[in-house]
Amino acid sequence: MDVHTRHNINVAGAEDGPTILLVHGFGCDQNLWRHVVDELKSDFRLVLIDLIGSGSADPAAWDTAKYSSLGGYAADILEIVDVLDLKDVVFVGHSVSAMIGVLATIRDPGRFAKLVLLTPSPCYIDHDGYRGGFSRADIDELLQSLEQNYLGWSKAMAPVIMGTPDRPELQDELTATFCRTDPECARVFARTTFLSDNRADLPRISLPTLVVECAQDAIAPREVGTYVHAHIPGSKKVTLNAVGHCPHVSAPAATAAAIAAFARPA
Amino acid sequence: MTYLDIEDYWDHAPSGQIIAQPDGRMIRVNATLLKWLGYESNTLRDKRFTDLLTVSGRILYDTHFGPLLYMGGDLNGVTVDMVTADGKRLPMFLTANVKRDADQKTEFLRISVVDAADRRAYEADLLQAREQAEREQRRVRAFAETLRHALLPPVLSPPPGLEAAEFYFTASIDDVGGDFYDLFPLSRTTWGFFLGDVSGKGVDAAVVTGLTRYTLRAAAVFDDDPIEVLRNLNIVLSQELGGELNRFCTLIYGKLTKCDNGFDVHLASGGHPPPLLFYADGSAYYVDSIGGQAVGITTEPRFVASRFVLAPGDALMLYTDGLTEAGTGIGHQRYDDEGALLRFAKAHSPTTASAIVDAVSGLLEGLGSGVKDDTAVLAFGVPRGS
Repeated sequence: MDVHTRHNINVAGAEDGPTILLVHGFGCDQNLWRHVVDELKSDFRLVLIDLIGSGSADPAAWDTAKYSSLGGYAADILEIVDVLDLKDVVFVGHSVSAMIGVLATIRDPGRFAKLVLLTPSPCYIDHDGYRGGFSRADIDELLQSLEQNYLGWSKAMAPVIMGTPDRPELQDELTATFCRTDPECARVFARTTFLSDNRADLPRISLPTLVVECAQDAIAPREVGTYVHAHIPGSKKVTLNAVGHCPHVSAPAATAAAIAAFARPA
Repeated sequence: MTYLDIEDYWDHAPSGQIIAQPDGRMIRVNATLLKWLGYESNTLRDKRFTDLLTVSGRILYDTHFGPLLYMGGDLNGVTVDMVTADGKRLPMFLTANVKRDADQKTEFLRISVVDAADRRAYEADLLQAREQAEREQRRVRAFAETLRHALLPPVLSPPPGLEAAEFYFTASIDDVGGDFYDLFPLSRTTWGFFLGDVSGKGVDAAVVTGLTRYTLRAAAVFDDDPIEVLRNLNIVLSQELGGELNRFCTLIYGKLTKCDNGFDVHLASGGHPPPLLFYADGSAYYVDSIGGQAVGITTEPRFVASRFVLAPGDALMLYTDGLTEAGTGIGHQRYDDEGALLRFAKAHSPTTASAIVDAVSGLLEGLGSGVKDDTAVLAFGVPRGS
């Protein structure tokens, strides 16, 4: 199957504008970028994808061994930019996809111009002298609760998408797969996300990099944003006046503005 | 309803209620939830409601539920654990929607929680039952596969000068079908063979299949006449099964004897679909074996014998009705309702044992899920020039 179908690739916006590749994190899919896309589409060419195992990506492409490491996802990113023949790409990765972008651009920076890390964390678990915000026990419990949600999980998600009577325009756009993840894939992805440690990769980034953090984020707290910023040579940091881990959802205008200001060629 | 009634309902509703800012900060929490969680009134004000969840609940909310609520406008019954003031966990069922202003901006979150301890226990049971069912299924499959293999010969050992090929299609990996076949030496010049189908599936059918196989192997040595071999089998099956299992079997038993011009085939049919003959000249016919009765039904069944020579370039194919009765996907039509098999045979004649078995396996693959029953195919051919 070709890469477009496999990753449910959608291209929007200004055809001759700078290319921004938007990659969603753990949970949901490319639909989360919708409000940001609205803000950016007049000036940029936007490429949206679903990671394998999420959203409307081809379920047949799932490979537990491959996606048990972030390197597997990073390899997909490199394949996508290669097959689509994208150049001077501004990679925007949310949450775990920030690290996926870090790995992909370290491996082969050729097709990339800049890196935007949206609420990134190189390591979610606390270590000596590093506070990621979670203990190993917390993550084990998360993995277990994903298992426990096995029954309710996919079912509970479905009606949400269908029933938005007060915003009928959403029904047309949000597909039935929005935020519905195969529990098995979700578990593997959660494991890969929350147990990876990419702190050592940060200093290896050679691209101009912007770190975008939220004022209050339980998953990627300010300390972590500061850590990421401090360890990426020459990086910039923006703190959005937003709460939660998904500023592209809760504060799309501010998020888009931060991305646009950085992504625009000098 | 008076104003007071609504206040009363808000506070003492049989569910926990929260009104929160779009960012999750709680504006109001009802008395029911405060009581469940053991907090004093107002102590929760301006805390984020996700602070009431376990760490994993918070992660799920921030990565899944929250974005869903924001984008879709409501959240329908997700499972989370809330943590009480003294650290106890309460399994909850959480439902929420958003209040939006005229510009579609989110003004408030309306959140309801109900106790889900019973349901969670039930779900845990269900999950456990499902895991157990999956384990059992794997066990059954392994068992069925082992049994299936045990009832078929590991490799066919045809006499010199004869090519043999076989194919077994398994319709259900969970079950043992009753199809069977074999090819075995009786003397230096004579080989016995059979192919048949026990009615039904599963362990009962497998028992009859096993019994049929070893009875045939023994009777074949004992009797020279294929019809006698089938009679012998009929007596054994009738005695052993006593009609209780309500099983019977259709089959073809025969002998292959080396002759000057290939192999002399002498076979008898007990109510089984007729074998197909492929002649070297490209013609194809059914072997005249129609009219016999199945084995194990009556005490004096009628069997039909047939005798012919397989010359160089000729081939013979036996099969079970999984093939002829396979659904074609068009209404209730079955594959051989209109003589498709003979047409197929004519189209492939002349052929060899392995070529016709390959062709039939391709045909079965094409019929896909239409093949409802196990199907066995056994073919012999005398190579040209031998």
